[in-house]
Amino acid sequence: MNDLLDPLLLSRWQFGLTTIYHFLFVPLTIGLALTVAIFQTAWVRTGHAKYLQITKFFGKIFLINFAMGVVTGIVQEFQFGMNWSDYSRFVGDVFGAPLALEGLLAFFLEATFIGLWIFGWDRLPKKLHLATIWVTALASILSAYFIIAANSFMQNPVGYQINEAKGRAELTDIWALLTNKVALAAFPHTIFACFMVSAALIVCAAAWHLSRGQHFDTMRPALKFGLWMMVISGTLTFLSGDQLGLAMVETQPMKMAAAEALYNTSTGANASFSIFTLGTPDGVSELFSIRIPYLLSFLSTHTFDGTVEGINDLQAQYTQLYGPGDYTPTIWVTYWAFRYMIAFGVLAVITAVGGLWFTRKGRMPTKRWIWKVAIWSMPLPLAAMIVGWVFTEMGRQPWIVFSLLKTQDAVSPNTTGLEVLISLIAFTLIYGTLAVVEFRLIKKAIQKGPEEAPTPDAETGDVKHEATVY
Amino acid sequence: MDLPTLWFGLLAFFFIGYFVLDGFDFGVGMSIPFLGRDERGPNDIDRRVLINTIGPIWDLNETWVIVAGAAMFAAFPEWYATLFSGFYLVFLAILLALILRGVSFEYRHQRPEVRWKRRFDRMIVIGSAVPAFLWGLVFANVVRGVPLDAGFNFTGTVFDLFTPYAVLGGLTTLLLFFTHGVVFVSLKTTGPIRERARLLAGRAGLLTIVVAAVFLVWTTVSFGSVFSGILSAVAAVTLIGGWLANQRKAEGWSFALFAATIAFAVLSLFLSLVPDVMPASNDPANSLTIANASSSGYTLTLMSWVALVFVPLILAYQGFTYWVFRKRVSRTSITGVPEAGEQLGEQVGA
Repeated sequence: MNDLLDPLLLSRWQFGLTTIYHFLFVPLTIGLALTVAIFQTAWVRTGHAKYLQITKFFGKIFLINFAMGVVTGIVQEFQFGMNWSDYSRFVGDVFGAPLALEGLLAFFLEATFIGLWIFGWDRLPKKLHLATIWVTALASILSAYFIIAANSFMQNPVGYQINEAKGRAELTDIWALLTNKVALAAFPHTIFACFMVSAALIVCAAAWHLSRGQHFDTMRPALKFGLWMMVISGTLTFLSGDQLGLAMVETQPMKMAAAEALYNTSTGANASFSIFTLGTPDGVSELFSIRIPYLLSFLSTHTFDGTVEGINDLQAQYTQLYGPGDYTPTIWVTYWAFRYMIAFGVLAVITAVGGLWFTRKGRMPTKRWIWKVAIWSMPLPLAAMIVGWVFTEMGRQPWIVFSLLKTQDAVSPNTTGLEVLISLIAFTLIYGTLAVVEFRLIKKAIQKGPEEAPTPDAETGDVKHEATVY
Repeated sequence: MDLPTLWFGLLAFFFIGYFVLDGFDFGVGMSIPFLGRDERGPNDIDRRVLINTIGPIWDLNETWVIVAGAAMFAAFPEWYATLFSGFYLVFLAILLALILRGVSFEYRHQRPEVRWKRRFDRMIVIGSAVPAFLWGLVFANVVRGVPLDAGFNFTGTVFDLFTPYAVLGGLTTLLLFFTHGVVFVSLKTTGPIRERARLLAGRAGLLTIVVAAVFLVWTTVSFGSVFSGILSAVAAVTLIGGWLANQRKAEGWSFALFAATIAFAVLSLFLSLVPDVMPASNDPANSLTIANASSSGYTLTLMSWVALVFVPLILAYQGFTYWVFRKRVSRTSITGVPEAGEQLGEQVGA
């Protein structure tokens, strides 16, 4: 019963739930804004009606999704203060600055220009209207930079000093904070993963129509675009993930050890990477595993004879440094989350490479299963992204700010378990309901397909857009 | 002026921006049951007229609260931590309401069924009324002071936040935002809805004047200083001026004066706090002050430069958006079919 009303545990569940939920919508906002901007540019450049149709088709899905990203984002900002007030007191001086920058530099731009884009079709000159979606897309990417810089401070605190009198961390170097090596790797890793999520949705939508033999002239280019977007951004996600791994080994070796469930420090061939383990990878009850020698050494150090520190050694080191305590994350979570992230991501890219092969040089697959795979592979990158965040946040535990503040010392001391239980239930109910509505609306918008492009004026060649109204 | 004081002022500026702008969004949302109907009952076209007056701008207006919150986090972390954790359930209600309102604008028009639309209409009304009331309640409690311990943690319960003074504060913002939004409707529409809005603003305005007067006098007498009292008086004058302008069909003036009322009222509340940001009602030694709640000099200096460069830019492009969407919304702009006797393409007159 005490557990049920433990504000710390409930607050952690709530943060996990609301953050994962928020991040279902963010990748689509970031990736679809760019997609829409690219197709609208193609339309403005070439004047081909099909590009306008594609722009409006994905634009509609983008908008259904956008509102959810906005409203669930406010929760993110408020709950640092609501549930994690001791965290806020401790890091506000450092952590608040990138959040304020995010609001002033990115969110205002995004919110203003998306309004101009939605309602500006019939009011703004063609090129100015095109500029509004580019500003929206770039602002959404910029906002991601600031929030990842803030998150990276929690992984690898830099650019601060501790003010003993005030009992808090204070910012001393904003440039160091913004060029945190973890941020520099995590930002491209996250952004390209966002593009993968959008690419999967584009492929799914296009495949649904093409498999029914409809909208060929718009959905075929959309399909090819989505497949290339998946392969390119997937490759870049992989490469930036490799860089992030190196930064992680350097700044949070415990996280890498936890990712592999590596208990003892190992070198060279012994620093192997297990693809699959039967039993629990707790170093005691492992029944069977498939291992690739040298791979963990290579992932961690980019050499084949590198040494990777194990959990036991790190635990001993940290006990000396930070006092007695358990410094090991929940191993089964980090171990499997890391593997599923890689597996889902790689599967998504392989599927897309297959798609490019089947549609090469104007070909169209006729076999049902190929289309089925294209449609049903949609959740893969999203799932990879979710478990990736679970890995990076759970791998940081027990710290909320690595080496400076523990999660258990960060929770609001005056907020009761009952209050957090109420909010957790309320968020679960509302978020659950909205997820169903949202999914149905997006599905309906996809199945409705692109609408006929308006006919250009016979004399000027200009397209008269209908005003957008709610 | 030192940096923490500057940021106290900037925070007042961001909250003024939020309440002036999202304030009329709340008012428009709450006005749906009153203005979105004619003799025959609820009128969907008029409801769409109402929603479209704020369609392109509600999102950027709402963003002001994100920026105000982030600025509070960065400039006054102690204040942010105390306020948001202390008023936990109140902020939960505000969040849930803002979620419902935001998605409803986007979802309402996705399906044609009457039941679907009514459901989201209700959610827009609730999602607008709840924050309109609770923001007033929150700031009234900040001004009045709440029990804090030596670590600045709120020691009361949610029930302690519903004192008569705080509830009156909530009613004041509820009515003020409602009237402000209805005046905005009269400024941004043509046709019968414009006249209905003007009449409603007249009636709601009178009630607002009475309730706001009691609240401002109570604030000034119990918690105010000379300066906050002067600003309260100015707010009262602009409020009455806004009401008179509405009666004389000067919609632009009326809207501007209601906006000024909100601005002066927020300024008055902030000034009555000085030198505190959140007084402790149990022991003045536990009060959060501008000095002890603020961030370091480095952070505040950095943020000041950012604000100096970007706030004018932000105001410029947001002003541009309002200029692009300056046309009045009419039934015709919703349906594309002109109505008998309706003037088309009328510009907003100030």
